[in-house]
Amino acid sequence: MKTYTLPNEKGHFGMFGGRFVPETLMKAILELEQEYENAKKDFNFHTEKDRLLKEYVGRETPLYLAENLSKYAGGANIYLKREDLNHTGAHKINNAIGQALLAVRMGKRKIVAETGAGQHGVATATVCALLNLDCIIFMGEEDIKRQALNVFRMELLGATVVSVSSGSATLKDAVNEALRYWVANVDDTHYLLGSVMGPHPFPTMVRDFQSVIGKETKEEFILRNGCLPDAIVACIGGGSNAMGIFYPFIKDKSVSLYGVEAAGQGIDTNFHAASLTKGKPGVLHGSLMYLLQNDDGQIQEAHSISAGLDYPGVGPEHSYLKDSSRAKYYAITDDEALESFQLLSRLEGIIPALESAHAIAFAVKLASEMEETQNIVVCLSGRGDKDVDAVKTRMEKGKENESFGTIL
Amino acid sequence: MNRLEQSFELLNENDGKAFVPYLMAGDGGLECLVDRLLLLEKFGATAIEVGVPFSDPVADGPIIQNAGIRALKSRTTLKGIITELAKARELVTIPIILMTYLNPIYAYGIGAFVQDIQNAGVDGCIIPDLPIEEEDMLVPQLAEAQIELIRLVTPATPLERIKQIAGRGKGFLYMVTVKGITGTRNLFQHDLNQFLRAVKELSPIPVLAGFGISSQEQINELTKYCDGVVVGSRIVELFEKNNLSEMEILMSIFNKNHK
Ligand SMILES: Cc1ncc(COP(=O)(O)O)c(C=O)c1O
Repeated sequence: MKTYTLPNEKGHFGMFGGRFVPETLMKAILELEQEYENAKKDFNFHTEKDRLLKEYVGRETPLYLAENLSKYAGGANIYLKREDLNHTGAHKINNAIGQALLAVRMGKRKIVAETGAGQHGVATATVCALLNLDCIIFMGEEDIKRQALNVFRMELLGATVVSVSSGSATLKDAVNEALRYWVANVDDTHYLLGSVMGPHPFPTMVRDFQSVIGKETKEEFILRNGCLPDAIVACIGGGSNAMGIFYPFIKDKSVSLYGVEAAGQGIDTNFHAASLTKGKPGVLHGSLMYLLQNDDGQIQEAHSISAGLDYPGVGPEHSYLKDSSRAKYYAITDDEALESFQLLSRLEGIIPALESAHAIAFAVKLASEMEETQNIVVCLSGRGDKDVDAVKTRMEKGKENESFGTIL
Repeated sequence: MNRLEQSFELLNENDGKAFVPYLMAGDGGLECLVDRLLLLEKFGATAIEVGVPFSDPVADGPIIQNAGIRALKSRTTLKGIITELAKARELVTIPIILMTYLNPIYAYGIGAFVQDIQNAGVDGCIIPDLPIEEEDMLVPQLAEAQIELIRLVTPATPLERIKQIAGRGKGFLYMVTVKGITGTRNLFQHDLNQFLRAVKELSPIPVLAGFGISSQEQINELTKYCDGVVVGSRIVELFEKNNLSEMEILMSIFNKNHK
């Protein structure tokens, strides 16, 4: 793959992507596309974005060789790209800053966004506080329960959090509600979409804003090792941290790209979020992509212990990379992710987000099958503070069940 | 000329206005669909919009969302709907327009879908998440089957684009009256009339207003500027409450006007 220029001018990645939105939104997304093209060529836009990423977010983030984890895996060296050390604790802020600056450029001072784990909501609320923008966040009722602390954080930051109880009351339904809100308020509101999904230009724009992860990784890795890594591993919800770290490596054929989806209770159960592994191409939220759906084209609910991966679709570019075999996609279960959550905490003193723990679990397996001279970089997309409560509850419940088992 | 064009021709000759009710197929059980279509024809419908339930209807408000949930709970499928419409076609003479989000069609298979709705005597399709930029995936097949794609314009659509959209169709242009989702509303934006007038001027085909229309007063006001109305949420609501007399009164509006 010498050149890679996707998407085309219609926002298509092969058969995937596109702009499948109600007519009411077409003007707004065409304007957004135009404005983004202008901003890309505007030196001042980049200067301001890069200044905020450095001074406010704390970039660049470290590339850390996790020696204890590597030793434990017994094979390739595992490096961690520390997106957990960003302000607000995840990669989501890279995109939030880019889009918020774009909104300001367009004269839109109201922001609407969806959130699953609450990380994108917190990142958006944070940037809105910084730039003095109105902020309204839609969040599934179920996720509000799972991520109560993040709800409080968003409110502290001045955002209005709206609970969504329709459907499965998780991320997919929050996107539906945010889209409905945008349709009704499109004149003065920008939809700050949190992942590489939705109608063109969102998948491309979010990828570009997140590509700072891959750019830094590549430069730093070459500087230290004089070569490219052999493999990149990232977890996939909508796919933004993965696209961000993959993109600068797409043309480097020697670098294997691995995306890790949530297998929930197992990909052979009805309780998982493995859209690429188990889904079929379909249209949702503005884009043609792999989707969990039944034979009648009704969207199925996704299930994962991690709210940030609990989405039945996946970005169109990942759908394309899967079909073209440039990237490979695997799934990790709730139990495996929980184990890695504890493993990384104990071995490296780093508590990962449950989302990122999926990537760690896969990387440990992968490393054990590779040579000691080889290198893997894992995108550690976020920190685990937000998950500590849920993991505690889950572990206590697990113990109860165990003792229950021995009594029986 | 297909059934849709014929209906509008006839309407035009009599100086009449179109009343197109929307119902959710499978709401109340799929077995009552044919009877409901016959009833709407008897009440004076010009054509009928038949909604296909979808798990994630982003263009719809709570009334149609809930009707969709009820329909899905009673296991309504696109296949089942098409089977019922084929039965209905023996009895119902007015045009039938299928309103569905794209994914149920995509999952069905575009070729199979077009063939099956053609055999069932469907006259048109409305697909709210298929803007003109993406319609090439479906329109050539529909055209070959002589099924009209009914396109939407909204108050957020620039005039130049309205012209472009209106120029593509042969059935009618669906003019969304609000920047927003479906549902009954008491008030429209104050400058709506101006928008309606502009659309009517630009469109070579009949223009029907829809979204948020629920009362005779609204219908009288809107049809000063366009060729008819689509009434969705209000009809769905009246079916759910089984308030058929109210429905008959609402739908008799144009009979009264022209007596
Ligand atoms: C820490 C973290 N990682 C990953 C994700 C998944 O999103 P994406 O696949 O877009 O990176 C989320 C989403 O909330 C997250 O909070």
